[in-house]
Amino acid sequence: MRIELQKRARVSTLFSVLSPLLALALTLAFGAIMFWLLGKNPVSALYSFFVEPLLEVWSLHELAIKAAPLILIAVGLSVCYRSNNWNIGAEGQFTIGAITGSILPVMYPAWHSPIILPLMLILGMLGGALYAGIPALLKTRFNTNEILTSLMLVYIAQLYLDWLVRGPWRDPQGNNFPITKTFQIEAVVPEILSSSGRAHWAFIFAIVAAVALWFMMRFMLKGFEVSVLGQSERAGRFAGFSARRMVWFSMLLSGALAGLAGISEVSGSIGHVQPVISPGYGFTAIIVAFLGRLNPLGIIASGLVLALTYLGGEAAQLSIGISDKVSRVFQGLLLFFVLSCDTLIHYRVRLIFAGTKTAEVRG
Amino acid sequence: MTLSEGPAAVPLLSVRGLTKLFGSFAACNAIDLDIGSGEIHALLGENGAGKSTLVKMLFGVLQPSAGQILWQGAPVTIASPGEARHLGIGMVFQHFSLFEALTVAENIALSLDPKISLARISDEAASLSKAYGLPLDPQAHVADLSVGERQRIEIVRALLQNPKLIILDEPTSVLTPQEADRLFETLFKLKAEGRSVLYISHRLEEVRRICDRATVLRHGKVTGACDPKQETPASLARMMVGSDVAEVHRDNAAALGDICVEVSNLSVPARTPFAVSLKKITMKVRAGEVLAIAGVAGNGQGELFDALSGEYPVAEDEAIRIRGKAVGRTGINGRRLLGAGFVPEERHGHAAVSAMALSDNLLLARSQSDKKAFLSGGAFSVIRFDAIRSATRRICEAMDVRKSGEDPQAGSLSGGNLQKFIVGRELDRQPSVLVVNQPTWGVDAGAASRIRQALIDLAKSGSAVVVISQDLDEIFEVATNIAVISEGCLSEPHPAGTLTLERIGLLMGGVHESHSVPEAANAH
Repeated sequence: MRIELQKRARVSTLFSVLSPLLALALTLAFGAIMFWLLGKNPVSALYSFFVEPLLEVWSLHELAIKAAPLILIAVGLSVCYRSNNWNIGAEGQFTIGAITGSILPVMYPAWHSPIILPLMLILGMLGGALYAGIPALLKTRFNTNEILTSLMLVYIAQLYLDWLVRGPWRDPQGNNFPITKTFQIEAVVPEILSSSGRAHWAFIFAIVAAVALWFMMRFMLKGFEVSVLGQSERAGRFAGFSARRMVWFSMLLSGALAGLAGISEVSGSIGHVQPVISPGYGFTAIIVAFLGRLNPLGIIASGLVLALTYLGGEAAQLSIGISDKVSRVFQGLLLFFVLSCDTLIHYRVRLIFAGTKTAEVRG
Repeated sequence: MTLSEGPAAVPLLSVRGLTKLFGSFAACNAIDLDIGSGEIHALLGENGAGKSTLVKMLFGVLQPSAGQILWQGAPVTIASPGEARHLGIGMVFQHFSLFEALTVAENIALSLDPKISLARISDEAASLSKAYGLPLDPQAHVADLSVGERQRIEIVRALLQNPKLIILDEPTSVLTPQEADRLFETLFKLKAEGRSVLYISHRLEEVRRICDRATVLRHGKVTGACDPKQETPASLARMMVGSDVAEVHRDNAAALGDICVEVSNLSVPARTPFAVSLKKITMKVRAGEVLAIAGVAGNGQGELFDALSGEYPVAEDEAIRIRGKAVGRTGINGRRLLGAGFVPEERHGHAAVSAMALSDNLLLARSQSDKKAFLSGGAFSVIRFDAIRSATRRICEAMDVRKSGEDPQAGSLSGGNLQKFIVGRELDRQPSVLVVNQPTWGVDAGAASRIRQALIDLAKSGSAVVVISQDLDEIFEVATNIAVISEGCLSEPHPAGTLTLERIGLLMGGVHESHSVPEAANAH
């Protein structure tokens, strides 16, 4: 017996809708098996992982805090991926954005002015965009593979941040802890509803960015250009679109959004710069982008789901005493199942038995 | 010519009720076929009639869904090309599977038993190619060979297995008339040795010339079996298409206007190691003229199209003029704004994005030239889907594009219908210059005649049309003047009436003329 993938005549609409849900269900099933193997009650473990965090208002605020950078980064990546540019280095652009955005509060802690925050956000976006410009330059000039270069730049950015906060940016009054001074109040992204929880404006930025990019992809010639060049560079050239300029556009855009996410996270959620500022948002956002079908509106939903895995990991650590690395396991499972379930959209699976008998498994 | 009575008592290969289903679509539907020993058997049919699917089953590439294959009277299952070769079936594919960077002998060795030494293969290939009149140097690199020579490698590769049946898939589509003649001689030699040939083609003249029997397929079914020598091209075409094909009409007395396209001394270096460089191309096309550029595939047609369309602008601005404006360095949209339209050779992934709707593919070619109609919102360039959809409807009606649904994906249309849409997309703008590369490549006869008529009508209405084509019938049908491209050089144009097939063949084969062509020949 062998398994054969047969290309469908046309894309299956049924499985386009079903595939993310199927992936979620499979993730939960295998998560339950994992908990069971760890000797925990799978039902109560899944409950405390995925349901409990949704029951309290403060916890929903935390969800928004975690979802904001994921959505911001993922919508930028979705434009990249749709145009066939594979920016894997959002984590690095996030880090550099956080650094460049923090220049003002760290270097001028005594500056009190309402324009400091807008300037920080702009600097953060600039930093992220410029950092994403490095793989764009290498790709357009030397035909370098952007997957490798953007990924390698992540580690450079992280080590640079580490050096900064242990060296020149370390707070002299900080008891030798590797952190900077706490940002002045004008340099902090304000909370949305400070009476009920910590969620800040980054979440609004994320929603605005997602809706704007959805509009671009759906209604504007620019979005059309992205899709055409992503599907066929030659057809794009025939249309008069430039693949080279698209590399720049998509990389700079996704870099800027990752940079915005970085400075918002440092300023709004952390309040100072420290060696580790992200639990891997830049990488998790890749899963978010694909789970959201590379559609900015879908990404809002998938960003919330992935944010829940972070919260669930923290909750599971407290309530059932397992490592919060479990959230990484869930994210990995989810990406794996999303990608494999997407196969069903373009292919049907058939089991071929020896001889001529053919059984169709899925329609 | 004496074998037209039919197969011998036990045919070499019989096919009974052979069916291949792709999903619910029957590419081949209950096909019966007999091939006798020592006959050249034609398999006729339009694109999509099921010819390739049928031979892929015979060669073990595809497995039939139902039906039986009998080899010398005994039922067989052909699970792989290896088994087909073992039975004695050889195949020459339409698209060659050769490594350009390897030599002829190395390419042949790849398909044989790895234990045989390269020297022995070289010797055998050399002697075999001599015996069958297929001159071939085993040490030559494939990249340096012409398409005809590459085809010889494939044939020699098949012959080395000593097959009883050789399947040739559209072998002459890439050959000059002279090269085709040489191939026919080889086929007659094979036949004289008692080998059988299954010859797939849609060229009716050559089928009538060389084949003993013909089986005609349409929509996956056998619609006729005949002796092609007893038929006329028209009667064969009727069997293939199922109805009479409209003839293309042309008035000869069309007055020519101003020069619309002028190319002077255009040289373009090759972009990739296997591309062709263009050498000092000079041509003029006037309003009302159809200049057809003939040539064997891979002699610079694609490169010439890239330069004319502006997809790859050239260094010299003055080298190309469209309606008097120097545009060598202008991109494709700048040239479109001057009133030019372009139809590239490859439909999927070049002229159209297969996974996008027809209306999106309309926007693809006309986002800048029809900016006012199709875009709004100023700098935001918001797409006006309603305007684009109604234009799509208009084009589909004008060109009789058959499709399922209102606005289907381009990839779901048949080749002919998609090509009608792609040509119609340009005609809809009334372009004053139209450059078309292989307008009816892989298109069914009905769509082809419609497209050719549209090109003639466009020229008649006062546009300049450049048709790059490998199909000589098409060229004689549409051309006012004919030039030939060979190894990146373009010949002088000749009025269509003064050229014979033979003369074109010589030009296509790279016999460059001296520059002493009479003035009358290029005065038009």
